[in-house]
Amino acid sequence: MLSRGEAGIDIQGLAKAYADVKAVDGLTLSIDRGELFGLLGPNGSGKTTTINCLNGLVKPTAGRMSVGGYDVEKETAQVRAISGLSPQETAVYPFLTGRENIELFGELYSVSGGTLKSRVDYVIGKVGLAEDARRRVSTYSGGTKRRVSIAMALIQDPEFLFLDEPTVAMDPQSRRAVWDFIRELKSRGKTILLTTHYMEEAEELCDRVGIIDHGKLIALGTPSELKAKYQAKSLEDVFIGITGRTIREGA
Amino acid sequence: MNPGRILALAKKDWKRTLREPAVLFMIILFPLVLTIAFGASFGAGASQAVSYPVAVVDQGVPGASSPSQQFTQALTSAGVLKVQPYSDNQTAQSALSQGTVQAVLLIPSEFDASIQSFKAYPGDSSRWVNSSLSLYVDSASLVAGQVIPSAVQSVLDTAILGVKPQTIASPVSISSPSLVQVTSTTVFDTFAPGLYSFASIFLIMMVAQSFTTDKESGMLRRISVTTTTTTELMLSEVVSYMVIGLAQVLLIFGASYALGYHPRAGVEGLALGFLIAVIFSTCNVGFGLITAAISKNAGAATGLSFLFVLPQMFLGTFVGSALSATAQSVGKAVPAYYVTDALTSLFSRGAAVTSGTVLLDLLAVTVFSVVILMAGIFLFNKFSRISR
Repeated sequence: MLSRGEAGIDIQGLAKAYADVKAVDGLTLSIDRGELFGLLGPNGSGKTTTINCLNGLVKPTAGRMSVGGYDVEKETAQVRAISGLSPQETAVYPFLTGRENIELFGELYSVSGGTLKSRVDYVIGKVGLAEDARRRVSTYSGGTKRRVSIAMALIQDPEFLFLDEPTVAMDPQSRRAVWDFIRELKSRGKTILLTTHYMEEAEELCDRVGIIDHGKLIALGTPSELKAKYQAKSLEDVFIGITGRTIREGA
Repeated sequence: MNPGRILALAKKDWKRTLREPAVLFMIILFPLVLTIAFGASFGAGASQAVSYPVAVVDQGVPGASSPSQQFTQALTSAGVLKVQPYSDNQTAQSALSQGTVQAVLLIPSEFDASIQSFKAYPGDSSRWVNSSLSLYVDSASLVAGQVIPSAVQSVLDTAILGVKPQTIASPVSISSPSLVQVTSTTVFDTFAPGLYSFASIFLIMMVAQSFTTDKESGMLRRISVTTTTTTELMLSEVVSYMVIGLAQVLLIFGASYALGYHPRAGVEGLALGFLIAVIFSTCNVGFGLITAAISKNAGAATGLSFLFVLPQMFLGTFVGSALSATAQSVGKAVPAYYVTDALTSLFSRGAAVTSGTVLLDLLAVTVFSVVILMAGIFLFNKFSRISR
């Protein structure tokens, strides 16, 4: 399954409310094909809800979204066929080995035989799992589990990648390895939407960032544009400049 | 639908069963230990065979060659009954009330004519002389209540009428018509068929725990954003637990066989019995899904699963034989009852695979399984929101 033409990710007026809480409030955003876009914001700001809406996991209250030219609401299966998701929670099977978890998800995307084996070997190497891949996940550290989780999202070689807080709980060395891999994915033309509350991660990786707070997009641009606009030394300072809070104080 | 995805998910469940100690114990080791414990405790093996004293009042034609005498002799030869002749019903009833015997069998004067008419015109029921054997069993002896009527029926069918149990009509009826194996019957022989359904019902807990754990950990949502459909996910559960159910059946069969319980069924009967047990495992997947649908976490699922485990355990497995007649009637509302009944008919009574009782049980188990599985899938999808 391929995307339609060179369409990227398009979000128009996305809103999602839970009872009287607006998780996402009128978000409009376009991400170009091949772009690495960072959605920044404190916990509870609406980042994960946005990603879940884009994957068809959550039905939006209002708005339209498309991924690779496919309407998320009407063509959910096509969107899922061309995209991969590494969720915020470390969703892996503890009774399987790292390799078996990755192989399982390859099979769920109908990757099989020699292709599956070569892709599993490739992603295991890229996320630095070679030494741990044949141990059961129940024996892994939190950071190693996250690396398995990322590899599971990449096994079908998706055109679009949604990484929800990909480096949470990772040690600095693992984080660097994952950053290098994300850069390589971008160099191979993948379109990547990652959420993070690590500002240095966004500055290091992203072509453009969108800062989201209380479900609203409050700033959009390249890291250098935003820092220049708000006369800030870092994206953390940009956030403080706009909201008066640090990003770790929460939404 | 993609068979590769279904198989991949089923393989994942099999690995879970073999690798998670709690699951392995509940699904595989517990039934095995239970079978061995019951076999050892309740006299599996021919060397521990028991017999039940029965007073026989023969009102038929005197003489060694009369059908009633042949019937009495066959009852004695069967081994499970210790026949004690009584001259009249009143004396026999007195012996029963005093506990000297555990049952009274009254052979009516029309019995000889019934057997002769059946043998003369086996295919023409209009020419048969009908008669009825009256059987009175000590209500205080639960095992005797199960074994004796069945033993009498089986001897009547096989030794006197020369037919397989429960296959065709005959001119002789018995006041208590249930059937149990005749030769070398032990308490374990009575309980063994119920062990199959007993083991299977714990799949409910395992399925419920599996789904709620996957729901809590985010695995179900993660699977749902792949190209896997809900139908494929559910089918994988059915496939994996049918295979696990078959493994349970084979393990119990092997263990009970080694302990001396040798089913009277041939290859066809064993195959049908195993098939019924495997179909029943899908019913338990359905109950597990219903439990998972209403459970917020794995702990709650464990507790709530007993809503379905306990009624089936008490009313539908070997445990039910110790309950009152009323409770046993209520048992017909639970699917496990029909599994135990079918396996008892096939394995202990030696009933033919075409017998009405077995086919009705098969139908009941199938209908229960389809309805409960569909309800489970519907409720789980509705309340668990694994897909939009």
